[in-house]
Amino acid sequence: MASRRTLKDNRGDGDKYSVLLPTYNERENLPLIVWLLVKYFGESGYNYEIIVIDDGSPDGTLEVAKQLQQIYGEEKIVLRPRAAKLGLGTAYIHGVKHATGNFVIIMDADLSHHPKFIPEFIEKQKKGNYDLVSGTRYSGDGGVYGWDLRRKIISRGANFVTQVLLRPGASDLTGSFRLYKKEVLERLVERCVSKGYVFQMEMIIRARQLRYTIGEVPISFVDRVYGESKLGGNEIVSFLKGLLTLFATT
Amino acid sequence: MTKLLEWVFCVLLLGVAWALVTFDLLDLRLPPIYKELAWPMPVYLLVLFGCYSIATIGYRVATFNDCEEAAKELQTQIAEAKADLRKKGLKL
Repeated sequence: MASRRTLKDNRGDGDKYSVLLPTYNERENLPLIVWLLVKYFGESGYNYEIIVIDDGSPDGTLEVAKQLQQIYGEEKIVLRPRAAKLGLGTAYIHGVKHATGNFVIIMDADLSHHPKFIPEFIEKQKKGNYDLVSGTRYSGDGGVYGWDLRRKIISRGANFVTQVLLRPGASDLTGSFRLYKKEVLERLVERCVSKGYVFQMEMIIRARQLRYTIGEVPISFVDRVYGESKLGGNEIVSFLKGLLTLFATT
Repeated sequence: MTKLLEWVFCVLLLGVAWALVTFDLLDLRLPPIYKELAWPMPVYLLVLFGCYSIATIGYRVATFNDCEEAAKELQTQIAEAKADLRKKGLKL
């Protein structure tokens, strides 16, 4: 581990980044995402911690998380598990309560979001002192791997409808790879009432309402290395319901 | 004002303007060409918007970046990560 403490270990500017990883049955992916996070944070020298919020995964995700704690240390790998699958919004609230950083990064633990973009998020945030930085799949050289034509059409179609109805000033609203100032995340999460995709949308809309500044970084989204990502009729219907609710109430 | 109210307001405003011209509600006695142009406007604008939507979505789907490189890089890194973690004592 001594070799990991290279010259760039501590930038000493006082900023610390807490990565929130809500997990459910991510036994295979968790070690890999943690390894990648350690690699890119190590190389960039930013101070960080990884908070794993496991919702009682039956596949033993928590056991794997404990092993990772042994390997990387309890300061870097923080475990805050919950007894049951309780949803993303509450996972963020729970995670933020224990975060010791002044910035919070939210991302998926299934390797669809790549930690290599985190230094870019951080630099973007510093450049414009943004209250939040959002990873976008739709602009710049952002993109997706593993989506068929149907999925792409639905995605772009839904995004188009969202842009027309809500005019949010951000290109990717359903994305969940973001960097927030800690107090901004805290304030936004307590105001948001929706679930799933719509929750991520609502966070951006409320951020706009509260006049927070939003920066964007193009990211690549690699869909489901180990499994299948489904976007069925039910999800589309609940997305539309949520969108119309936001349309009518914000 | 919510987005819904903004839309309702704009639609009402445009609707009133359209009705005023098309049905000559204020007895403005505009040249008939105004009425002829105004009358089909709602349908015309809807069709225009429909075409714009399809064209925009089509374009965006066609230019949606396919991250082949990212996927390959991830596969390589997964292998590297597994080997390194095994060395560090991780048991799966």
